[in-house]
Amino acid sequence: MRNALVAEYRKLVTTRMWWVLLLACAAYLGFIGAVLGFSLVFAPEQQGGVTLHGIDAATAVYSLTNGIGYVFPLVIGSLAMTTEFRHQTITQSLLVEPRRGVYLGAKLLATVPVGLLYGLVAVTAVVAASAPLLAGWGDGAYLTDGGVLQVLALSVVVIAVWAVVGVAFGSVVTNQVAAIVVILAFTQLVEPIARVALGSFAGLDQVAKFLPGAAADGIVGASFFSSYGSGAGELLPRWAALLVLLGYAAALALIGRYTTLRRDVG
Amino acid sequence: MTQPGPALAVEGLAKSFGPVRAVDDLTFAVRPGAVTGFLGPNGAGKTTTLRMLLGLTRPTAGRTLVGDRPYGEHALPARVVGAALEASSFHPGRTGLAHLEVFAPQVGVSRRRCRDLIDFVGLGGAAHRRVGGYSTGMRQRLALATALLGDPPAIVLDEPANGLDPEGIVWLRRLLRAFADEGRTVLVSSHVLAEVQHTVDDVVIIAAGRLVHASSLADLAGLAAPETYVESPDLPAVERLCAEHAWDVRPGERGLLVLAPSAEVGAAAYRSGVELHQLASRGADLEDVFLRLTGGVRS
Ligand SMILES: Nc1ncnc2c1ncn2[C@@H]1O[C@H](COP(=O)(O)OP(=O)(O)O)[C@@H](O)[C@H]1O
Ligand SMILES: [Mg+2]
Repeated sequence: MRNALVAEYRKLVTTRMWWVLLLACAAYLGFIGAVLGFSLVFAPEQQGGVTLHGIDAATAVYSLTNGIGYVFPLVIGSLAMTTEFRHQTITQSLLVEPRRGVYLGAKLLATVPVGLLYGLVAVTAVVAASAPLLAGWGDGAYLTDGGVLQVLALSVVVIAVWAVVGVAFGSVVTNQVAAIVVILAFTQLVEPIARVALGSFAGLDQVAKFLPGAAADGIVGASFFSSYGSGAGELLPRWAALLVLLGYAAALALIGRYTTLRRDVG
Repeated sequence: MTQPGPALAVEGLAKSFGPVRAVDDLTFAVRPGAVTGFLGPNGAGKTTTLRMLLGLTRPTAGRTLVGDRPYGEHALPARVVGAALEASSFHPGRTGLAHLEVFAPQVGVSRRRCRDLIDFVGLGGAAHRRVGGYSTGMRQRLALATALLGDPPAIVLDEPANGLDPEGIVWLRRLLRAFADEGRTVLVSSHVLAEVQHTVDDVVIIAAGRLVHASSLADLAGLAAPETYVESPDLPAVERLCAEHAWDVRPGERGLLVLAPSAEVGAAAYRSGVELHQLASRGADLEDVFLRLTGGVRS
């Protein structure tokens, strides 16, 4: 297993994809962080009728890492799997490790360090772009507050978990283009709408918090959505949220193991 | 490598892709210490058979063995069999050396070994170039290096000569010969007999998924009708002679090609006092035998 982990890790870092996407992630999150920080500081009353102040403003901006940034670890994770099928390297991978469960397990775990790096860079980008605005013109950056630091640290963790979910998803949808399209559609469209929609119906708001993005917010303990009280505000407790998101990864990986990886490859 | 290579066995193997019976009740064995050619026209089922041997494709029926167990049941399978499958695929964005280094841990070898191997297969200068820019021949060499990573006692190569330059083919031939002489098991597939004719000791020939012939190369040659090229100032006399012996005759260059061993043709001409200016054995035409066995036609 150890050797399989090293191999999978090397697969990730020996092509340019990981740092190209990492740069894109940093640039995108830095930009969004600056825009949101700017609007909170200079035009707080325009934020959907809700005005955020003090620590709430800081937390709302910092929770962007997960709320907006989770598409990046999902994509890099799914690519780890789908490139193997796109370029047929899966053949060589299974020649050196015919135990397909071990192969998939190693791939899931080997993404963790890369995911943590993405998390670290994403959090840094958001904070670097927004903290000076909050500190200089707003109510403060709150970077020494214990609760805020917890949000930042858990944002790093949650991004790593997203990367693992990405691998698991890629094992189910092995077509690279299809996987990316589904991830983009789901994260940018389906889930945000579903969270708001489910949140607006009395009986269904309990369902919304089990959606993957909401579970991730639950891990962080802060939500870009709930900050604005869109009705999708309720989150799971941290431990339950972590279990739910890991549950998504486990369920997808199991499906991948017994569909994609049970078939003949190549 | 210390001990002799494992025997490879294919037993009652079958594989269907929907209505296509790609491999059909195939049984053969490959012995260590020899180069075995796995031959058959395109679509005969060679790649499918090798994929089943390596645990990549699940057989519809039958089984395959590497030594005493299936490939996947060896603790470090890539240490037992080094394989390069047809159209071996690489990530185009990874360098040749990085490709080897990715798989090195699971084969149980060091980065140093990767470096040595990439030099050994003649890719030293391209080690740090991305595979996307490699020619077909360079990819074949990289595939071979990947197969050799674990210094395996058995080597399975699927159409390794495709895209290789003539110099590379000669190099590969020597390499395979050397491996067999060391006692390793060597199995190479090809759709052209001529390509491996000078390399192999044994042949396994399949067509439409079924075994049509398995023997030593010498025994295969025995199936070929020998031909003799004859030149004579009196060709009509030679033709009459051939008619008497019921030997088939074809016109050739400046004389005749007779479908009979040269010793018999020479003796007959001598007895009848027919003057010959050339009497040359053209040997067995293996390609004809191959085509006859596989139901193909000569191009
Ligand atoms: N994955 C597959 N799906 C459907 N048919 C296949 C597949 N792989 C091979 N075949 C078919 O099986 C037959 C044998 O193919 P193959 O083993 O590649 O032959 P060879 O390597 O001898 O050229 C061919 O008719 C081919 O079209
Ligand atoms: Mg083939």
